[in-house]
Amino acid sequence: MRGNIVIAGIGHTAFGKLPGRDTVSLNVEACRKALADAGVPKDAVDAVFVKTPTSSRELMYGQKLAEALGLQPRMGCAFDQGGAANVTGIMLAALAIEAGQCEVALVCYADNPRTGSRAVYARPRGDDAAYGWFSTAAGYAMLHQRYLLDYAPLPEAFGHVAVACRANGAANPNAQLKLPLSMEQYLAAPWVVEPLRRDDCCLVSDGGAAIVVMSARRARELGVRQPVPILGFGQGQTSWEVVQRPELTSTMAATAARTAFAMAGLAPKDVDVAQIYDCFTITVLMTLEDYGFCKPGHAAGFVAEGRIAAGGDLPINTSGGLLSETGMPGLQLVLEGVRQIRGTSTMQKKGAKVALVSNQGGTMHTHATLLLGA
Amino acid sequence: MADHPLPELTPLSEPYWKALDQGHLVFQRCTCGHAWLPPRLQCTACLGDDWRWERASGRGRLVSWVIYHTAYHEAFRSRVPYNVAIVALDEGPRLITNILAPASALARDMPVTLAIKREQGFALARFRPA
Ligand SMILES: [Zn+2]
Repeated sequence: MRGNIVIAGIGHTAFGKLPGRDTVSLNVEACRKALADAGVPKDAVDAVFVKTPTSSRELMYGQKLAEALGLQPRMGCAFDQGGAANVTGIMLAALAIEAGQCEVALVCYADNPRTGSRAVYARPRGDDAAYGWFSTAAGYAMLHQRYLLDYAPLPEAFGHVAVACRANGAANPNAQLKLPLSMEQYLAAPWVVEPLRRDDCCLVSDGGAAIVVMSARRARELGVRQPVPILGFGQGQTSWEVVQRPELTSTMAATAARTAFAMAGLAPKDVDVAQIYDCFTITVLMTLEDYGFCKPGHAAGFVAEGRIAAGGDLPINTSGGLLSETGMPGLQLVLEGVRQIRGTSTMQKKGAKVALVSNQGGTMHTHATLLLGA
Repeated sequence: MADHPLPELTPLSEPYWKALDQGHLVFQRCTCGHAWLPPRLQCTACLGDDWRWERASGRGRLVSWVIYHTAYHEAFRSRVPYNVAIVALDEGPRLITNILAPASALARDMPVTLAIKREQGFALARFRPA
């Protein structure tokens, strides 16, 4: 089914602090803009896939959203995989369309932890709070520390990721944080949970994003201006909590990527530009290795050569990523992949033909890979 | 001083914490041979429920650790910087714990040994360098 399904439109809200906005309204705004971008009337939509907001859980969230959208879709659901849910939503939509279960799907996500509650990110981790085990960041810090022990990279390896993303964000007028970062600043910043420095950690953001998915045939019928074909996708789930994980520096991301590359008939060397989930810098290094862009333990050298920076052979997170554009978990990376193929990014890779997007959730529990192409 | 966050005892987890209180670290062992923590009702290897509590040797190795420089809970405010670590027991199960040693003394895969310590009278499974 390579190329049969397209992303027909993209939309997003402002990113940052959006007081007075509930997550449903942010989703509605993003969907309205995505439909306008596709040039498709709302009535054409017959499926809605939404990732549940991370900061608050609500029963029947998918139905609340469908109601607010004034839709009675043939298919729809709210589901949770953490940050991987966005690419997975696109995958579900594509499979459903291919199977004739629906024709035009909205895939969207919104959350408001910045003005609402960010308690989820500082949460006690079950009974282990007795040992002082708190927060989302600490789980990633465990992975980061084991990576340091196994491969002994310089701290600058992580800094290169932060510096590259922040430079891209500074060039993006929509980014929440338009402040470039120097390596000196990266190294001098205080610990969050050691070994995580301040700029290893993504932003906390209010905001929403949406995309419209349909078949290439339907896009032609509806006169969609800039459809971007989906070439491949795949998933993999590591499942084990960090403490139980037999392997800390590699995940099922490798399986997700292998599946996506096989479906697309492509290999890592064919990727022109990548949007790699960067909730913490360690995820970028591990993803580069698991995807086969470099060997295990070699990501430090890969990023030190400037290859992931704008102008490198594999620029990443060209709109700033979670570290700079918005901390919203994941869908903004898909939007930027679409812009790269359309040629409309604020940090455009010249002639980009293949864009890769990675999404992951939990503490690298879930992973999903998307390949987009011209 | 704020109350220390303590585990919530359930019928499933109570034997674990009671054993610690009596000076023993225990884990679950299935008839298929698989061993695990934290407590769960079924074996993740064979999905069976024919398991029993087994006493651990108390020996293990340090898998990874983090250092908190800010407290996420009042009870830890006076303890920063403090470490939280993953220890793999010689018998296989892994757990979250603290290593009773300064950060400079921690090393990859270093052997550690059980050191039961109490918080407000509640026994926790901490470790010290072996
Ligand atoms: Zn078993």
